[in-house]
Amino acid sequence: MQLAVNIVVLAAIYALISCGYVLIYRVSRVLNLAHGELMLVGAYLLYSTASLLGGSPVTAVAMAAVLGLLVGVLVYVLLMRRMTGEMVLAAVLCTIALGVMLRGATVLIWSAQVRHPMEALGWSNPSLVLIGDARISLISAILIGATAVVYAALFGFLGFTRWGIRMRAAGQNPLLASQRGIQLHGVYALAWGLSTFTAGLAGMLISLDSGLDGTMTMIGLKAFPAALVGGLDSLAGALIGSAIIAIAEVLLIQFVNPLLSDVVPFFVLLVVLVIRPWGLFGSKEELDRV
Amino acid sequence: MANASGYFRTSLGEDLVLLDTRTQKYSCAIFCALLLFAPFVAKPLFIDIANQVFLTAIGALALMLVTGFAGQISLGHAGLLAAGAFTAGILFKEFAAPIWVTLPASACIGAVLGLIFGLPSLRLRGLYLAVSTLGLHFIVVYVGGEYETRRGFSTGIALDPPSIGGWSLSDGRAWYFVLLAFAAGATLFSINLLRSKTGRAWRALRSNETVAEALGVHVAGHKLLAFVISSTMTSMAGCLFAYYRSFVSVEAFSLFLSIQYVAMVIIGGLGSILGALLGTVFVVLLPYIVEWVTAILPLTASISGLIFAINHTVFGVVMVLFLLFEPRGLVGIWQRLQNYFLLWPFRQTPLPGSR
Repeated sequence: MQLAVNIVVLAAIYALISCGYVLIYRVSRVLNLAHGELMLVGAYLLYSTASLLGGSPVTAVAMAAVLGLLVGVLVYVLLMRRMTGEMVLAAVLCTIALGVMLRGATVLIWSAQVRHPMEALGWSNPSLVLIGDARISLISAILIGATAVVYAALFGFLGFTRWGIRMRAAGQNPLLASQRGIQLHGVYALAWGLSTFTAGLAGMLISLDSGLDGTMTMIGLKAFPAALVGGLDSLAGALIGSAIIAIAEVLLIQFVNPLLSDVVPFFVLLVVLVIRPWGLFGSKEELDRV
Repeated sequence: MANASGYFRTSLGEDLVLLDTRTQKYSCAIFCALLLFAPFVAKPLFIDIANQVFLTAIGALALMLVTGFAGQISLGHAGLLAAGAFTAGILFKEFAAPIWVTLPASACIGAVLGLIFGLPSLRLRGLYLAVSTLGLHFIVVYVGGEYETRRGFSTGIALDPPSIGGWSLSDGRAWYFVLLAFAAGATLFSINLLRSKTGRAWRALRSNETVAEALGVHVAGHKLLAFVISSTMTSMAGCLFAYYRSFVSVEAFSLFLSIQYVAMVIIGGLGSILGALLGTVFVVLLPYIVEWVTAILPLTASISGLIFAINHTVFGVVMVLFLLFEPRGLVGIWQRLQNYFLLWPFRQTPLPGSR
């Protein structure tokens, strides 16, 4: 029972992170390898706002989330905007460089010590007992809820709202979309903003649960296989991919070797790349295949 | 006549010459003499930096071959270095093997890993290939870490300095000449390989796979060959790295190291041997420059603990700047300078529309 709960929590974490990869990839065909670092920035933003506004935790969280959105838009406007139309590889390398830079900058600004935004917010994290003696921390439960809300919102947004439809159009065919009067830069910036927003949200919730330092970026990187297993341009795929990775990881850690934790996602990734490179739900034709 | 207007080589003998003008010959001779003479006057710190440059250059050249010329992206270079270093470490610890066993063994392991790293490239391209090499990097590093914990070397494996024929290699100056020889060998090997049929096939592959195949290039074979040659070189560099540091540990082979190697290739300029060397010098020197600048600036002592973070930040910023403003890298700057002086007093204006 505990195992099942662990799997669900881990799957929710991966799902919340990997939707950011999917959003950016789907809209602009860029793989954002700085996603883990953006997560870290989001978490540190929460730490800062929590220290500033110790009295009102809800305002602090809301403010940090909005700041996360702004950071994403800024990243696009200042950096990635110049990479549109360049080789995809150059754009990906640019995100890698951004990641290295952000990791250094976060240590410079917030120091390398382990931080605990939980204390700064003045909240506590009791563990809830579920049926069958399984335990789950309150924050983990919130995280599962947040993932559900974010995914529902994203499905609704992409399916029914004007900007969501524009986003899908831009992803399908940028040239046609811009001919129809869709502001590509606006759409891309929005995608980056949303992606960083969800990453920041994930970063905040994880940091509330287990403290905050640079190792968090590894979680961000491990969520990438989840996005790819499901298919890099499919939101539903990201959910299923996260579940698959989480199941594989939790079971292998439990029954084989705890050290495997950092390797399992990449192992699954390699298997999928060999068998079905476009992922479970990804669209096949657009993959650069030999 | 390298830079004159026209191609004047008429015989095979002339075509095989690497340096053909008198200026090139003299400048190369002076450069070699400086390299050979330098360790006798330089401080130990500078010798150490030079040794790092030589070691890193081997890996950077290897990455340049596979990424810059064959057009296959690899983000798993640190994994290959780790494989070489761990082969040396494990053989030394388990069988007390001397360097003339561990170095070829590392090369063999590198070749096998190159084959494995290269296999995805037969089905995948671009981004997906990069991601698959990234995954392999984590797996190789995991295997190394697993060995460390299983055998109880959780802090790392210590190696004795290698001895060849009773002559022990422990002095920095002795290492200088050994590593210089290896780096020079790797450079000459790369240059000559690129002038051969294989090199031309790789370039054709990078430009257009379909056309290359239509012209009779064995696409799969040459892709695999690129990976195998590259990872053999890298693995040998890893083995030398282990001996030079006399210590192997998984912490040294993080993803950041892979990123650094990719940065060397990008900052140097893709598709140029000179670029790989310039990029190596730049990336190896960068932390020392940062340290020197922070020492000069009137900052408080607290900053010294953050030197690592400053390095990261500066490194990221420099990489972004090169990607944005000088995609052709240091070689692009070098060529522009060269052209400026060659054409003086005329100015070279880039063709409209090109950049």
